[in-house]
Amino acid sequence: MAETVFAPWDDPNEKPLIRFQNVTKRFGEFVAIDDLTLDIFEREFFALLGPSGCGKTTMMRMLAGFETVSEGSIELAGQDIAAVPPNKRAVNMMFQSYALFPHLSVYENIAFGLRRGNMPKHDLDARVTEMLKLTRLEKFARRKPHQISGGQRQRVALARSLAKAPKLLLLDEPLGALDAKLRQATQFELMDIQEKTGTTFVIVTHDQEEAMTVASRVAVMDEGRVMQVATPERIYEAPESVYVADFIGDVNIVAGQSTPMGEDRYHISWAEGQQPLVAASDRPFTDGQSCHLAVRPEKIAISAERPADVDNAVQGKVLDIAYLGNLSTYYVELPGGQIIKSQTANTRRISRRTFTWEDTVWVSWTATAGVLLAQ
Amino acid sequence: MQRFVLIAIPYAWLLALFLIPFVIVFKISLSDIALAIPPYTPTLGDGVGPFFSALDFENFAFLASDDLYWKAYISSLRIAAISTILTLLVGYPIAYAMARAPEEWRPTLMMLVILPFWTSFLIRVYAWMGILSQEGFLNQFLLWAGLIDAPLTILNTTTAVYIGIVYTYVPFMILPIFAALDRLDGSLIEAAEDLGCSRLQAFWLVTIPLSKNGIIAGSFLVFIPALGEFVIPSLLGGSGTLMIGKVLWEEFFNNRDWPVASAVAVILLLILIIPIVLFQRNQQRQAEEEA
Repeated sequence: MAETVFAPWDDPNEKPLIRFQNVTKRFGEFVAIDDLTLDIFEREFFALLGPSGCGKTTMMRMLAGFETVSEGSIELAGQDIAAVPPNKRAVNMMFQSYALFPHLSVYENIAFGLRRGNMPKHDLDARVTEMLKLTRLEKFARRKPHQISGGQRQRVALARSLAKAPKLLLLDEPLGALDAKLRQATQFELMDIQEKTGTTFVIVTHDQEEAMTVASRVAVMDEGRVMQVATPERIYEAPESVYVADFIGDVNIVAGQSTPMGEDRYHISWAEGQQPLVAASDRPFTDGQSCHLAVRPEKIAISAERPADVDNAVQGKVLDIAYLGNLSTYYVELPGGQIIKSQTANTRRISRRTFTWEDTVWVSWTATAGVLLAQ
Repeated sequence: MQRFVLIAIPYAWLLALFLIPFVIVFKISLSDIALAIPPYTPTLGDGVGPFFSALDFENFAFLASDDLYWKAYISSLRIAAISTILTLLVGYPIAYAMARAPEEWRPTLMMLVILPFWTSFLIRVYAWMGILSQEGFLNQFLLWAGLIDAPLTILNTTTAVYIGIVYTYVPFMILPIFAALDRLDGSLIEAAEDLGCSRLQAFWLVTIPLSKNGIIAGSFLVFIPALGEFVIPSLLGGSGTLMIGKVLWEEFFNNRDWPVASAVAVILLLILIIPIVLFQRNQQRQAEEEA
């Protein structure tokens, strides 16, 4: 497949659709957004991910126009939007609570935005029908919001916010109210609709799995700052800080001191009387610099005998076993008290578990399995 | 059996406190005036046969023939309708401001709305006489402020009746509207603005329709008692204000014509039943919508 990969953020000539420039937002003394600079490109599905109170919703509300910027500027398609009120922005929002008008039918909810413009009746009807079709709601057009299910309401909210064909669609925890099964199905539906309409989506979520599934790029936020912006793969496999590594998925963090061993290889002394760990890193570390080695549990193997030809192998004792059905996670306590999680896939049915509590085992991983982080 | 007892209690209540008094009043309205105690004939003491043969619709015919009565009904309906609209215009902004006020202020604001009920209604109406009269506080203030040269005549006019009714009944308008606005999800207004509404449009298209039930409930709660209002027109309205409540009172206590007064009351009740039925239907629909 010679198809070009969608990655406008790597192209220096590409103009961003949204540009946050040194944006700061204060609520009284509280700094919600701290000197934030960020570009979002056209046709992107951009996820703002972070714990509650990290400022992701504030960013979205600033884009919608419900909050003003304290310092800095936000540009939409090259224009500063500070002075543009919410009703004049080519930006629509899908609210967390859906905010469907309870006194209007599904049809009228979707038509609401269109009726504010001077759209001819015929075009309006065509557009609403198109939206109903896109979200598979044709049968429910005449119902009131309280007469349909949660999943259908979510789709009405989506159809309503897409009806005006905005340049940018904001989604505030769009799947938060749905149950796990429905949420998964809806994630793919969202991606599908985003692709079909070609609208730029910015989604706010605290669910990392959701962000990883739907987004072309993810921004991990904490306390009003963006910690890292990258594709889901890079966020997971190449986190830039312990915070990001720890926030996304499960991770083992081993703290120690680095010793350069040439060719991007480092030895990490991490505990008294233990062999140093071997890790590869593109980022340079100096001799004796304190560092953190982050290794994902699924990249750590567990065995009874010391495996040959591995870069790192440490002996420990099985402390706990978490059986999750598809996966099993072993909590192995190393002599220094450090706990290493090792995850194995249960690929075979009714196989006897090899290890049990208190067993002495070896955990091992390669030099490239982990990421060496300074902070 | 248990279920029967349970249902019987409210029905017994309605029978004892609504139906029986109505039957008594209706019977008196069919009687003739008499110089006796009670001041009408016939009574059951006359025997069952003569009792029923003496009843007739004479008093109702009299009401229709004298234009005083139907003029009083029309005037009452007009005053009640106009005061309901005025109360709505005063009450809605207050309810809106209360619903938008910071959470910690709301109990205090609610208290302020309810506070007047702690004083007797009669005393409050008398207090308005002191405010509105020629030498009253309002005129003194306006004269002092230099806004007028001669005192305004407000007391003993229909204006004073409107002021009195709006003042007395505004809490009944505020409370249901406040309840409706309080439940209103703020994100609906944001959604409306997001979809291209100005603030004013969002108010007309979202806030007003969603507080409709509160407006209807409040309007009935004001209109129904205002229609039969007696104290306010008689104390503030003077002789120029014609309201059916006043006519009814005069018929009973000045003329001591119980049969005609009862006929007036029966007609008034019939007029009131229409809005009450409408009100009930609105409440029922509201309950169904919420279910």
